[in-house]
Amino acid sequence: MAPPAQSQRSPSPSQPSGKGEVSDLKSQLRQLAGSRAPGVDDSKRELFKKVISYMTIGIDVTSVFGEMVMCSATSDIVLKKMCYLYVGNYAKVNPDLALLTINFLQRDCKDEDPMIRGLALRSLCSLRVANLVEYLVGPLASGLKDNNSYVRTVAVIGVLKLYHISASTCIDADFPLTLKHLMLDDPDPQVVANCLSALQEIWSSEASTSEEAAREREALISKPVIYHLLNRIKVFSEWAQCLVLELVAKYLPSDSNDIFDIMNLLEDRLQHANGAVVLATIKVFLHLTLSMTDVHQQVYERIKAPMLTLVSSGSPEQSYAVLSHLHLLVMRAPFIFASDYKHFYCQYNEPSYVKKLKLEMLTAVANESNTYEIVTELCEYAANVDIPIARESIRAVGKIALQQYDVNAIVDRLLQFLEMEKDYVTAEALVLVKDLLRKYPQWSHDCIAVVGSISSKNVQEPKAKAALIWMLGEYSQDMHDAPYILESLIENWDDEHSADVRLHLLTAVMKCFFKRPPETQKALGAALAAGLADFHQDVHDRALFYYRLLQYDVSVTERVVNPPKQAVSVFADTQSSEIKDRIFDEFNSLSVVYQKPSYMFTDKEHRGPFEFSDELGNLSIVAESADNGVPSQRVEANDKDLLLSTSEKEESRGTTYNGSAYSAPLYDGSSASFPAADTQSELAISSTTAAGNAPSSSLAIDDLLGLGLPATPAPAPPPPSLKLKSKAVLDPSAFQQKWRQLPISLSQEFSMSPQGVAALTTPQALLRHMQADSIYCIASGGQSPNFKFFFFAQKAEESSNFLVECIINTSTAKAQIKIKADDQSSSEAFSDVFQSALSKFGVP
Amino acid sequence: MISQFFVLSQRGDNIVFRDYRGEVQKGSAEIFFRKVKFWKEDGEEEAPPVFNVDGVNYFHVKVVGLLFVATTRVNVSPSLVLELLQRIARVIKDYLGVLNEDSLRKNFVLVYELLDEVVDFGYVQTTSTEVLKSYVFNEPIVVDAARLQPLSPASIFMQGTKRMPGTAVTKSVVANEPGGRKREEIFVDIIEKISVTFSSSGYILTSEIDGTIQMKSYLTGNPEIRLALNEDLSIGKGGRSIYDYRSSTGSGPVILDDCNFHESVRLDSFDMDRTLSLVPPDGEFPVMNYRMTQEFKPPFRINTLIEEAGPLKAEVIIKISAEFSSSITANTIVVEMPVPKYTTRVSFALDPGAVGQRTDFKEPNKKLEWGLKKIVGGSEHTLRAKLTFSQESHGNITKEVGPVNMTFTIPMYNASKLQVKYLQIAKKSSTYNPYRWVRYVTQANSYVARI
Repeated sequence: MAPPAQSQRSPSPSQPSGKGEVSDLKSQLRQLAGSRAPGVDDSKRELFKKVISYMTIGIDVTSVFGEMVMCSATSDIVLKKMCYLYVGNYAKVNPDLALLTINFLQRDCKDEDPMIRGLALRSLCSLRVANLVEYLVGPLASGLKDNNSYVRTVAVIGVLKLYHISASTCIDADFPLTLKHLMLDDPDPQVVANCLSALQEIWSSEASTSEEAAREREALISKPVIYHLLNRIKVFSEWAQCLVLELVAKYLPSDSNDIFDIMNLLEDRLQHANGAVVLATIKVFLHLTLSMTDVHQQVYERIKAPMLTLVSSGSPEQSYAVLSHLHLLVMRAPFIFASDYKHFYCQYNEPSYVKKLKLEMLTAVANESNTYEIVTELCEYAANVDIPIARESIRAVGKIALQQYDVNAIVDRLLQFLEMEKDYVTAEALVLVKDLLRKYPQWSHDCIAVVGSISSKNVQEPKAKAALIWMLGEYSQDMHDAPYILESLIENWDDEHSADVRLHLLTAVMKCFFKRPPETQKALGAALAAGLADFHQDVHDRALFYYRLLQYDVSVTERVVNPPKQAVSVFADTQSSEIKDRIFDEFNSLSVVYQKPSYMFTDKEHRGPFEFSDELGNLSIVAESADNGVPSQRVEANDKDLLLSTSEKEESRGTTYNGSAYSAPLYDGSSASFPAADTQSELAISSTTAAGNAPSSSLAIDDLLGLGLPATPAPAPPPPSLKLKSKAVLDPSAFQQKWRQLPISLSQEFSMSPQGVAALTTPQALLRHMQADSIYCIASGGQSPNFKFFFFAQKAEESSNFLVECIINTSTAKAQIKIKADDQSSSEAFSDVFQSALSKFGVP
Repeated sequence: MISQFFVLSQRGDNIVFRDYRGEVQKGSAEIFFRKVKFWKEDGEEEAPPVFNVDGVNYFHVKVVGLLFVATTRVNVSPSLVLELLQRIARVIKDYLGVLNEDSLRKNFVLVYELLDEVVDFGYVQTTSTEVLKSYVFNEPIVVDAARLQPLSPASIFMQGTKRMPGTAVTKSVVANEPGGRKREEIFVDIIEKISVTFSSSGYILTSEIDGTIQMKSYLTGNPEIRLALNEDLSIGKGGRSIYDYRSSTGSGPVILDDCNFHESVRLDSFDMDRTLSLVPPDGEFPVMNYRMTQEFKPPFRINTLIEEAGPLKAEVIIKISAEFSSSITANTIVVEMPVPKYTTRVSFALDPGAVGQRTDFKEPNKKLEWGLKKIVGGSEHTLRAKLTFSQESHGNITKEVGPVNMTFTIPMYNASKLQVKYLQIAKKSSTYNPYRWVRYVTQANSYVARI
């Protein structure tokens, strides 16, 4: 019996013919309702099927509710099931009608056939009608005690359903406790698994209001429970295994024996054909070994083969899910995967979302031994018919060139791209050559020769055009035609739609002017005139700035426009290491696929059934002997967060600031952390002092060059206007709750004084110092060079709280703070107080 | 944990729709379909299997042209959900025999019944066809498989060779045959997907075999089965030894890079005699997946020649040589090659007396396509194509064409030399002698020759 033909054509719920058919069904059902004639069940089945098929395609069949219920008095289980399905679907919107079904469902819950009991109980709990919950408690209680395991599995999930309809009814009936006992005692693995799912959901949502629930939730990851589940891991279904493994990944092992016991026990799970089981196991392995560097690395080696097997077996969708995780691991530890680069070659028929991941992996694993082959392969893709992938491939070649020491051969390839005469290839290659020159100015000679031969008419994409113009300005002394090309570009000023290109054109013509004045003078005049008349604010302002600067003093202008260059050592990473660590913490979840931590794409309550921790959740807060009544606690557990990020933090150190000296198109200055007075920038600043007060002038230049750096306030903060309460009190759970609820109102990074860094040998030292400024620590942890603190403070006159997460890296002398506040408007002021307090640390 | 599950037809109609938790709006199927159909993010033309729209995560897998979709607001394991969707499709196929839009529509009540037992309130309960049997009561309405396009991966056996009992693999696990009694039989398929990339000089750049030993059992009473593989099979790179070079000639040991096994497989004696023992559950499932990068002899050689013939013309010659035994025949071969964007016309010339071949110039995506119904081992086939251009090609024409890609299926052939030496069924009585089918097939996954 197929759904009616007309419904196949249009799934729209507002079908004109739907109504007539439904009323037809209604009368037919009515006729059959009381009938006991032989064969009546078969006719009912046909009618029921029709009703269900209408329901599926979205036709409203609520009007036959009464008839459906009347017909449900039957012993035919197929009929019953269809009726249950129907009732479950419509009860929520028709609570009055739902009441009609309670009777027969309750009766069925006492049926002698366990199958019927289970089905009825499931349907009863699926009604989702709040005022019917009183009818659920009795059947659920007996369902949980039923001697048939099918009924018990249904009842356990039923408890969870009840919780979602009416949490208080569920808690009052003490169901969570019953589930806890079932979880530990029931012989049926699926009952146990369902208890675990239900309890995780219930206790996670209760934990914010009830300390007991929070404790119970913690108890789920206690050693006895974990071992109880782990010892039976093989009797669970593969899905339940995933559930248990997710839980185990949260477990904090007591010692290394504990870790090795668990890993040995789970070793064979890595050979499972179900990718979900394997990934869940890998998560356990990775998390358990976080603090054991060498073992952690062995884990990477161990999981390589199983992951590659999963990537190449199974459907493309499954393999994509695994590949995303492999991608994450490759990015974290490229050197471990360097010899496996051939696995990341793209295959002919792969979708582009897979190819993209593979290209990034190829880029990451490139090292001295495999670069030649990888780049050769990438060059094949560059000629590919798939243009987006061809572009990505060229970018990948460029990235490899930027991360390698021996770029000789790669530069040649890039230059070959420029000769391929395909628009998009030329465009991508130009952008890359520009980046390459910023890092390796020594290659300028070869590159310029080729770039000079490119006709600017063939370059249309703004990014590429900007790159070309930047090179024209920067290397105008080596490029014979530079002034004339710039001139012709300026002639077409009005046709240039991209403001970015016009900005670069201004700067380039300025640079060119100082290198080849007579040839450029005319073009410069035209450019400044066009710039001053430009409707785009930034272009206008920059033109005006250059104009006035030239008026003021030409030699100063030259120092501003053409300062001595410093090669870029490392380009800024687009994603902060903190975000990457977050994603790693959320291994085996959507965060990995989206490459975003969960807070960026889900609401708090949907972070996942296993999401226990949020900031503090994972820390076991141990009360220390409080010396003056102020709660001060130490972090025990969250060190992993700090340990992990160390290496990457150090990597990104070099990326901070090279903008003012070496301005170039596309340098995304805002993504780099910007210290107000970084030592690396001194070179540029010293050369521009004539323009005024040192730091602010360097900022001005950055801004003019389109770097979009935030205008940080002057280094000396104004005297703090905010008064803090001297004896503020906030207990840890209140802190935790607030930290969860409040949004981040301010996030900053700044440098610490050398004395402060030197004084920070233990977290305790800083705690005492900050207390003097009425800023109290609630939790702290870490060891040199990474420390993490949670502070709080309260306003003197009102009970308004400030919460601060502060991460200090002593090797880079940087502090990152995140402030959350009840009164967000004062968080700026508080930040000043906090920073000035911190700046005094270590100063005698 | 999922919130909803639904199956959409190619046109976007709901075939089944089950809301487990009521957390995602009812219009999700429409939102999903529109998003997938008009996907244009990041220059990608195809929607990834997982994406997020307004806080709702959509997962989908494509099975026989249908979209199996799950939604959730929770940050779940993507592998788990995608695996689940695939598994639901498999369970449905076990029940219906044939999985396609028609059979789903005819059996949607049965499918609902299955869905109710597979997932409860978003949590997976069981996906075992075996276990589900005791909870599911609808009888499948079997659709006629012969009438339909072959769609399932197993249907590759129906083409080409007569030795295969083609209908058996489309038989429902639960439905009885018209004759009344079920036929006792078991199928073991060794399916290998091979990927080879040849350099422009014909040298093998990369090669890989991804294999599956798939089993489908119609045996009653769940007897234990022993499956013996090559005795000299070794696993892991550590097993690589002095034999490494001999292997490509065909003799010598089979060395797998890695493999994984179905839950039911017991490996007690695997290390000793390479025997897997298992009690096969009902329905279709992979006993073992394996991966091999050991060198092997590729079944086809592809030679391509391109010559410019005047300013607006070029000639392409593609020669395919089948380098396997003449007792074996490959089927459904397609060779395709992208040609320069400015190609306007192509004229083809085949070998004299060629039968069962077709040629085509796919104008919109500028591709040559050459289809061959079958290729007998040891034979050679050539295609000549004359290209006409609308503009002069600047520079090197070889940079504007290719690579050549080839797809094919070769029954009774396996590139890895992995074999099922014997399939032993624990005997219930002396008269019990079920049918056993062990079948091999090799398919091209990515078979590419660069120019």
